[in-house]
Amino acid sequence: MTREAMEFDVVIVGGGPAGLSAAIRLKQIASEAERDISVCLIEKGSEIGAHIISGAVMDPRALTELLPSWKEDGAPLKIPVTEDRFLFLSEKGSFRVPNFLLPPVFQNHGNYVVSLSNVCRWLGQQAEALGVEVYAGFAGQEVLYDENGAVKGVATSDMGVGKDGKPTEAYQPGVELLAKYTLFAEGCRGHLGRQLETRFKLHDGTEPQVYGIGIKELWEIAPEKHRPGLVMHTAGWPLPSDTYGGSFLYHFENNLVAIGLVVGLGYSNPYLSPFEEFQRYKKHPEIRQFLEGGRRVGYGARAITAGGLQALPKLVFPGGGLVGDDAGFLNAARIKGSHAAIKSGMLAAEAVAQALAQGRRRDQLEAYPKGFQTSWLREELYRARNFKPWMSGNLWFGSFMFGIDQMLLRGKAPWTLHLKPDHTKLKKASECEPISYPKPDGVLTFDRLSSVFLSNTNHEENQPSHLTLKDPTVPIRVNLDLYAAPETRYCPAAVYEIVRDAAGKNPRLQINAQNCVHCKTCDIKDPTQNIVWVAPQGGEGPVYVNM
Amino acid sequence: MKILVAVKRVVDFNVKVRVKSDNSGVETANLKMSMNPFDEIAVEEAIKLKEAGSATEIVAVSMGPAACQETLRSAMAMGADRAILVQTDVELQPLAVAKLLHAILKKENPQLVILGKQAIDDDSNQTGQMLAALANLPQGTFASKVKLSGDGVEVTREIDGGLETVALKLPAIITTDLRLNTPRYVTLPNIMKAKKKPLETMTPESLGVDVKPRLKTLKVQEPPKRKPGAKVADVKELVAKLRSEAKVI
Repeated sequence: MTREAMEFDVVIVGGGPAGLSAAIRLKQIASEAERDISVCLIEKGSEIGAHIISGAVMDPRALTELLPSWKEDGAPLKIPVTEDRFLFLSEKGSFRVPNFLLPPVFQNHGNYVVSLSNVCRWLGQQAEALGVEVYAGFAGQEVLYDENGAVKGVATSDMGVGKDGKPTEAYQPGVELLAKYTLFAEGCRGHLGRQLETRFKLHDGTEPQVYGIGIKELWEIAPEKHRPGLVMHTAGWPLPSDTYGGSFLYHFENNLVAIGLVVGLGYSNPYLSPFEEFQRYKKHPEIRQFLEGGRRVGYGARAITAGGLQALPKLVFPGGGLVGDDAGFLNAARIKGSHAAIKSGMLAAEAVAQALAQGRRRDQLEAYPKGFQTSWLREELYRARNFKPWMSGNLWFGSFMFGIDQMLLRGKAPWTLHLKPDHTKLKKASECEPISYPKPDGVLTFDRLSSVFLSNTNHEENQPSHLTLKDPTVPIRVNLDLYAAPETRYCPAAVYEIVRDAAGKNPRLQINAQNCVHCKTCDIKDPTQNIVWVAPQGGEGPVYVNM
Repeated sequence: MKILVAVKRVVDFNVKVRVKSDNSGVETANLKMSMNPFDEIAVEEAIKLKEAGSATEIVAVSMGPAACQETLRSAMAMGADRAILVQTDVELQPLAVAKLLHAILKKENPQLVILGKQAIDDDSNQTGQMLAALANLPQGTFASKVKLSGDGVEVTREIDGGLETVALKLPAIITTDLRLNTPRYVTLPNIMKAKKKPLETMTPESLGVDVKPRLKTLKVQEPPKRKPGAKVADVKELVAKLRSEAKVI
């Protein structure tokens, strides 16, 4: 089957903050130099912003560098942070850390409560106005290599392929997008980024990447309880002290509140369900006081990178590079990644533009990692680098040590701690206690299916499942028999189910691919890495609004 | 043969809407918008007729704010040759849309006008029928099959009792139902080509049409929550409840 091919100077895979910023920066540089750089950006969501979900409290530093007139131009950063609160929770009580004791990473003066989804929609409009060709509804399915093994572009997914793998009546082959340089901006655990890391050994000599899953709801609350700009973080209950994680509760605009829980995916108990932990967290008195009398209007989930500086892979390979969380620039200590994504996109764009001006193509963009080394982003990530390792050990000791690391040693401790891959830390079910979670009450807490409904996710039913298994016997032989099928618990969209026949025998794994919200947790946490997430055909998945 | 296809920009069918807290309408800010699914079917049918050699030109029409251009570009990416946007920020109701389409019909003189049977935001199911009445043209609504024959068209309609086939002289108005066809996916090269196809913008005033709304929405509210069901012990209790609680006997 021959695919049509189209050529550009630069192809960018992914329309999040990193990809869009790289595109915008390229066009800015082209305009200043009075040259032309053709930029094509593809996004698997049905529109820019559809697959973007984040807390979020945004540091405007990088946006101001990229688009200094963002305020006049109507960027949706309208709610400045007015108050920070940090609480340690126990089952019924709480302890509020006095603000003067909070390390600078937890102080948000000067930052904005935003919907990152809406910010990306705005960035998308800026990119299109500058002449970037933005194509939403097209997923990058395959990396293309030239005769020297350099990346020469990507192919978009075929549309209308049936469940049996054969073309249906609606079949349209994908298109090859060829470029001098290709930037991968798929976000955390991008499926093409993962292939590139393996092929080009980008993690040789670095720590492994580690992750958390963020589950978020959007609530419309009673106006008298709403305090725009109030930013609250908690740690402790309901997570056990050996599990990394914490919650956020941000008061946004229009009586909306963004509330969520991040659970580190290095957790050891296969009976843990991040979704259920999030649901029961909402019943804590400090949390429910805001939600009572309100109603839930949005739901979604996404894995996030947490490894920081020491887990960053090599950023470039022949023909392209990784930007944003496809590499993993998120600052876990500040719980912020969008400013880092924007800055990384700008740095990569500057390196690409320089290479194009020198008449180069499909080689190593060394200027990008060099630019990163001398940037404020690297300095910021350096100071925060020991956060995740400390907080993965024990909450109390970790908090204490991180406090020392930040307040006394100002982030310049003479050591850099190590990380272990998340999927290796799961203990066998026989070694762990099942956790009994309360049933949803339908007012404050909910079940997974009604939650997935609010993510607006949908997929064409008649297509091959995009959750692929390397070995189809492993789900029962290993996952169920040894680990009690953890995927049935960590998936926030109830994609995985163990079904048995009428006699209760012959268990098999049923994959409800239609529910998938593209969070990538299964790709990360499966104990034998047997589940490999690939992109379904473009234009599907969640449609996040104000998330 | 020239075909006119009308397309409407509506909230995407996947997105859940909610009522504004002041009950004045539905919250639509920041929601994903798409072409009305029945209109996609209309565009697809027009393209099928062109591919079969029966049609020579497909003109896509939409009315509304400037953002409707995206919907028209989608129609051209599917295969429409050119587009017309009647741009206005006034709330358009079916009668106004029918009048605008009538004005365009008089300018363009298509042999066939294909519309979706209804829009998924207001579910009015009126525009096609009103247009046929204004233009004094035959109509085949709820079409599940369209076949050109001689100098007319046979439309098989989905009706309550089953299927009904009507023979219409051209020019005629057809509104599409779900089973007529499966709209094709838009390909990247076609999206790029569509950017260069002509898109003409005009206003209701330039067509001499008064689009002021005739209907006023007083209140919008969510349907009452379903009450949980209750088990009854015997027929006696059932009859008593039907009489006293449900008040149906």
